[in-house]
Amino acid sequence: MQAAIEINELTKDYCLGFWRKRPRRALDGLTLTIEEGEVFGFLGPNGAGKTTTLKLLMGLIFPTSGGARILGRQIEDVSMHHDVGYLPEQPYFYDYLTARELLDYFARFFRLSAEERRRRIGSLLDLVGLSSAADVQLRRYSKGMLQRIGVAQAILHQPRVVFLDEPMSGLDPVGRREVRDIILDLKRQGRTIFFSTHILPDAEMLCDRVAVLVGGKLQGVGSPEQIVSIEVESLEVLFELPAGSALPPALEAAATQTGARYRIQVPEAQLYDALEGLRTARARIISVSQLKPTLEDFFLRLVGGEQRRHAVEISGGGS
Amino acid sequence: MKQSGRKRNIWVAALGIPLLLAAAFPLQRRIDARVRTVQQEKDELMLRSGRVLKKLSLGYDSLLANIYWTRAVQYYGGKRRDHDPNFELLAPLLEVTTTLDPHLLVACKFGAIFLAEPPPKGAGRPDLAVNLIRRAMVNNPEDWRLWADLGFIYYWDMKDYKKAAEVYLEGSRRPGAHDWMKVMAAKIAEEGGSRGTSRFLWEQVYLSTQDRDIRRNAFEHLQSLRAEEDAERLEELAARFHRRFGRFPPSARELVEAGILPGVPLDPAGYPYVLTPDGKARLNPSSPITSDILKPVLPH
Amino acid sequence: MIWVVAWNTFREAVRDRVLYNLIFFALLMIAATVLVGQISIGIEHLVIVNLGLTAISVFGLVMAIFIGVGLVYKEIDKRTLYALLARPLRRRQFLVGKYAGLLLTLAVNTALMTLGLAVALFYVSRTFVRSDLSILVAVYFILLKLALVTALALLFSCFSTPMLSTVFTLGLYLAGIFSTDIRSFGEVTESPALGAATKSLYYLLPNFNNFNAIAAAAYGRQIPLVLVAQNTAYAAIYITLVLLAAAAIFSNRNLK
Repeated sequence: MQAAIEINELTKDYCLGFWRKRPRRALDGLTLTIEEGEVFGFLGPNGAGKTTTLKLLMGLIFPTSGGARILGRQIEDVSMHHDVGYLPEQPYFYDYLTARELLDYFARFFRLSAEERRRRIGSLLDLVGLSSAADVQLRRYSKGMLQRIGVAQAILHQPRVVFLDEPMSGLDPVGRREVRDIILDLKRQGRTIFFSTHILPDAEMLCDRVAVLVGGKLQGVGSPEQIVSIEVESLEVLFELPAGSALPPALEAAATQTGARYRIQVPEAQLYDALEGLRTARARIISVSQLKPTLEDFFLRLVGGEQRRHAVEISGGGS
Repeated sequence: MKQSGRKRNIWVAALGIPLLLAAAFPLQRRIDARVRTVQQEKDELMLRSGRVLKKLSLGYDSLLANIYWTRAVQYYGGKRRDHDPNFELLAPLLEVTTTLDPHLLVACKFGAIFLAEPPPKGAGRPDLAVNLIRRAMVNNPEDWRLWADLGFIYYWDMKDYKKAAEVYLEGSRRPGAHDWMKVMAAKIAEEGGSRGTSRFLWEQVYLSTQDRDIRRNAFEHLQSLRAEEDAERLEELAARFHRRFGRFPPSARELVEAGILPGVPLDPAGYPYVLTPDGKARLNPSSPITSDILKPVLPH
Repeated sequence: MIWVVAWNTFREAVRDRVLYNLIFFALLMIAATVLVGQISIGIEHLVIVNLGLTAISVFGLVMAIFIGVGLVYKEIDKRTLYALLARPLRRRQFLVGKYAGLLLTLAVNTALMTLGLAVALFYVSRTFVRSDLSILVAVYFILLKLALVTALALLFSCFSTPMLSTVFTLGLYLAGIFSTDIRSFGEVTESPALGAATKSLYYLLPNFNNFNAIAAAAYGRQIPLVLVAQNTAYAAIYITLVLLAAAAIFSNRNLK
């Protein structure tokens, strides 16, 4: 069976500098195959080349070398867009049109009767929760609303393959849940979804497979579990320190603090040393639990950021 | 290979554009020809007022003056080429030019000559020429050359010798005026129009400018004057022949045979003169020289 | 598909209140008819036609350039193009659609202005004569000119900012108007090289003077049908040429 998306050594160089002397490789030989019906997550830090890949696939920019096929047709073949939907990053639409008019305009590029158009637009607006604002000009829309209409226009023509660039951005938790549901629904309909995101828990939950892109290079492809199993097992220790007591210096770097409570994450091999340090400091151990490795951990480790974790809710790991 | 879809656009453009341009060239020529028959007058008609144009030109008046000057020259040349004796727009074009740039003296001289010249060589309106110069004089009061141009109009085109002498005299007092101005003033005051004076003045016109049209015109006039002189001389000799032989010579060759002339005289263009039965000398009809006095006549 | 884009472009222009310029035109014509009544009889017709046609030409030109230079640039800059190109729409179809949309706007605008001119003329002359048909021909020529200017603006819009594109388009327009003079300059100078250069330039540049029949219309002179055909062909040639270039450039452009 033909794959939904076949990417083959896709490469994109940008020539910087006035004399085009210094090429910056935004995407380096990406090779990927995505089957029909898959929900595929495309992960990576900012500037990794995710948006570049999507723009290449949609024919907005042209590859320096390599190619790709969607549903068996070359990406240069614009007729393939009949079966492809696309939500751009930071979508922006004609602000003098209303939501309904925009969908109607886009719908006219497909061979639909007026009746069919009206029907679909109506149901889509319901789906994304914009029915009440359907006749308001888009210039008055908030970012979240624009994001929703963006999703709507991407699936308007019931495409077999849907590309979503950061579909959750700008949405509040309710909105994100709705989009998640839409994606799951599309999956149920047998459509192929390819989306890029920063929100790793979403990717973990929704995706059949993910790919991780860093610095334009593919770092790994596989199901979320496969990816994170690369991660080293570690344990999380929650504790409190008595007043006047200081953190053992060895643990200072790894600890995060919320109020009186501290949290450290240590690899299994180092657990007893850490506990010993805490005993010396007369800490009160609250819990020791095994950390289910997350995509985020894998991610951060991969990116190599020894970034201090900002104090977030302790429930941050796993989901 | 759909990749070539993009490249194809480039090829189509690269080939199509030169082809289309090549088609446009002859079309443009046809349009030019057609437009000339429709637009008898160009839209200069719209803005005849030099003052208005000067305001509209937003400070670029000297550039606009150059443009209008070029148009005036083209206009004149075009009319001559088409043998069209209607020089209606010449005065407005020159008026606009000199209003936009009052120091563009070549335009004044051009107007002085060609507005005054009778058709088919000019507009035949010496009064307009006088106006043009007088207006220019307001802005260039010390320029003796304008006085020379004005004097010339009075002398040659209007045959107003009194006025001409006055103007030459007045002009001779301007700084830098050449000495001949004073001499001419006196000569004209004394004897009015004479061939010698005319010849001298036309020579001055020729020497005073680099403009092609003006020079050519002056040259033609000098040739014409020369021819008239020759004709006079020839007629004298024909009269001598008549006194000797009792009849007028049928052609100049007879004069040569009679020993009165060393050779058959040719006009400045190289064509032999023609003698009429009553002893008058005329220009050869093939000769390009024109003269009011010597109307060409066929040799018999 | 082209028509879908075109219609949307037209709708955008209308919603951008572009057609409000008609109000100014109307005011102008009203003022003119009122003032002209004070001048001597006989040339009211002339003045109204001259003024009206010139206004149509100038307003149209301004519109063609100012909207034209943003046709493609705005869509790229605002990124509205991204979602649009996700449709099964070829880039050149997009270009032609935008072009047709602006042309439609200009045509509607011009038609309404011509109507206004006709009203003013009727008010002043109380009757229409056969020679007034040449006014319609002059308007058609103006439309041809606007079509070409729009194409040029569109071309520049494909790769440069509105500010620069305006300069380029206006520059080309002026060069086209003065192309005859440029050629004359070359002929007046004594240099044969310069003369040849200016002559080639004359033939290369689109000669916008061809489309100027305002004087003829004002004097009620008949404009030969052959000229109408020739001008149409000339405009068609240049427009095609420009659009071909625009398509070549745009279809190879990487969108930011």
